[in-house]
Amino acid sequence: MTVRDALNSAIDEEMSADSKVYLMGEEVGEYQGAYKISKGLLQKFGPDRVLDTPITEAGFTGIGVGSAFYGLKPIVEFMTFNFAMQAIDHIINSAAKTNYMSAGQISVPIVFRGPNGAAAGVAAQHSQCFAAWYGSCPGLKVLSPYSAEDARGLLKAAIRDPDPVVFLENEILYGEAFPVSAEVLDPSFVLPIGKAKIEREGTDVTVTAFSKMVGYALKAAEILEKEGINVEVINLRSIRPLDRATINQSVRKTNRLVTVEEGWPQHGIGAEICTSVVEESFDYLDAPVERITGADVPMPYAANLERMAVPQIEDIVRAVKRACSRSARGK
Amino acid sequence: MAYVMRSSPSVQSGSLAPHSSASSVSSSASSSSYILRLGALNSQRSGRLSITRRAIGTANRRTRKPHGVSASTSELVAEKPSIKNALAITREEGLILYEDMVLGRSFEDMCAQMYYRGKMFGFVHLYNGQEAVSTGFVKCLKPEDYVCSTYRDHVHALSKGVPARAVMSELFGKATGICRGQGGSMHMFSKEHGLLGGFAFIGEGIPVATGAAFKTKYEREVLKNDKADAVTVAFFGDGTCNNGQFFECLNMAALWKLPIIFVVENNLWAIGMSHYRATSVPEIWKKGPAFGMPGIHVDGMDVLKVREVALEAVARARRGDGPTLVECETYRFRGHSLADPDELRKPAEKAHYAARDPIIALKKYLLESGLVDETDLRSIDKKIDEIVEDAVEFADASPLPPRSQLLENVFADPKGFGIGPDGKYRCEDPAFTAGTAQV
Repeated sequence: MTVRDALNSAIDEEMSADSKVYLMGEEVGEYQGAYKISKGLLQKFGPDRVLDTPITEAGFTGIGVGSAFYGLKPIVEFMTFNFAMQAIDHIINSAAKTNYMSAGQISVPIVFRGPNGAAAGVAAQHSQCFAAWYGSCPGLKVLSPYSAEDARGLLKAAIRDPDPVVFLENEILYGEAFPVSAEVLDPSFVLPIGKAKIEREGTDVTVTAFSKMVGYALKAAEILEKEGINVEVINLRSIRPLDRATINQSVRKTNRLVTVEEGWPQHGIGAEICTSVVEESFDYLDAPVERITGADVPMPYAANLERMAVPQIEDIVRAVKRACSRSARGK
Repeated sequence: MAYVMRSSPSVQSGSLAPHSSASSVSSSASSSSYILRLGALNSQRSGRLSITRRAIGTANRRTRKPHGVSASTSELVAEKPSIKNALAITREEGLILYEDMVLGRSFEDMCAQMYYRGKMFGFVHLYNGQEAVSTGFVKCLKPEDYVCSTYRDHVHALSKGVPARAVMSELFGKATGICRGQGGSMHMFSKEHGLLGGFAFIGEGIPVATGAAFKTKYEREVLKNDKADAVTVAFFGDGTCNNGQFFECLNMAALWKLPIIFVVENNLWAIGMSHYRATSVPEIWKKGPAFGMPGIHVDGMDVLKVREVALEAVARARRGDGPTLVECETYRFRGHSLADPDELRKPAEKAHYAARDPIIALKKYLLESGLVDETDLRSIDKKIDEIVEDAVEFADASPLPPRSQLLENVFADPKGFGIGPDGKYRCEDPAFTAGTAQV
């Protein structure tokens, strides 16, 4: 199943199961979705539940939040999360903070979803990764799926969740197909929010990643396997809350950590994971933590520069080798 | 720039298209007369704008002369004869309006006292002078209706029914506040009373209010609940009317015919920025017809006029005819907040509006019309004094929030992160799936 179909089926099933769920965004209706994620939904559920909005992120996001205050369950689609910056006031100030400000009276069961991070050649204003920004905000749950199973399970969990969820997808992954079990196709399949998945078990080094970088990490692991390095790959799935238990448990087993992300290095996801491990598993580390991130620049347009600005499989391989070649006490 | 007296008919009449039926225009230049302008999009025809002009006499008149209106006026005017004459209020209604405004005024005055005594802190924005707008609109609403406000929200909360004790405790930051001390002056939320907040950023409340109106429409049309007819009133100021979110919501509310009333409390000043220095077209009511809804200008210092407009706008929304933009000319007697030295406003302007104090005006009207006598009003004043004093005592005696409250209520999930009350992951609970889905 492709990630696109996984997302489509998840929204379809949740909208069928609960009539309070509705989808709103630019081009989600008649255009069948800017990336065809909402294909067929307008025909099935009608224009009252699949709303094409004008280009007014701040306005329609606020409308979604306001309707969620009293019990509706909106799914707000942003054409990319870059455009959500026009609505970020409502994501943070009206959605994330309201349950706290109202002392539990008003909860906001809303999902904000859309593609996040770099695509291909779309340049600086269309390529930012927002995982770190949203991941630092209390009151939000932030999820980022990799495979079709992740996409289905996490989106269904997000829609059913009583709190605001930021759901960071990836445009490049939409078309990628993954094998899925029958359990995943069941309409009541959900994945827990806040639990990471160990995609590949290993013993020598832990590599954490989310979204597209999980695929790169897995490919790097295959290359490294041939050189005798046994890599454990963790698919974070959930940026907030971060599954610190799984990460720390893994590092205590392998003693080495490499974090991989597409976003900018300063204050990124890798920085938080590194700190968590240093705080909780310092004695188990045999080498300093390696962070692989996007380059500290706005995304360039030229194809060769873009390739240099985002982590590639070779970068992960090199970082793992660096982590493994440093040793404690000269071993 | 010279202060413009906007209520003088001579300023406005030149800009209106004369109407063929020649409804009688009151030529009185009394400062309390106003001109009601409706730009209504007539959806039955081809969508051309029909502009109607109608003038209502001075506040001294207790009944309104029936007008000869022609068939091509807006639906609102055509329905006029069937709506009861709103200026003739009953004794009970008059007392309710008076009590609500006095509560608002006394409460805010007490807030100022408490602030200077250090019991209240942070940003406090008081509503003195604008009571007619809150009372005029909120007292037309049902308990199920929604009100969305800004940081100047104490009086909206009180008018909507939040107890004075709960508001005062919230301002003192005590655990008995309406938000248990976690919101504060600028973030009053009450699910029970339909108060959607309390927003610090101007313009932020407008889309949220539009969402609540959207929810009413969704309930009626998708969830098939015929009884869903809650109306939403969004209050905001003149400064907000230059903000993008305001226009975005005017557009969508008109596009989707949402049951919302956009109420502009135009007090001419956004902190120290005069409305005329900030706005290319200062007549905010004109922005309604540009988006396909009626735009109305009303004297916000006169609670009876505000109430008359409010009743019509609320009835319109409840019927399903869509949104209305109402600009209330009003004034805040104090500074923007208690930290504002208020040096830029001219004394002559302040004196002019002080003379139009809405509470004094209503009191005068009620006494002169013989609906009430002095003792009735004095007993209300006394009752309100007691309520406000009691609120302060209650807030003073209330405990501070316990330390454990710091980490509570970040999420609706009681243990956060998808874990239900029994400690297990919600998604593992078979009851988590509601209904069946056919894919």
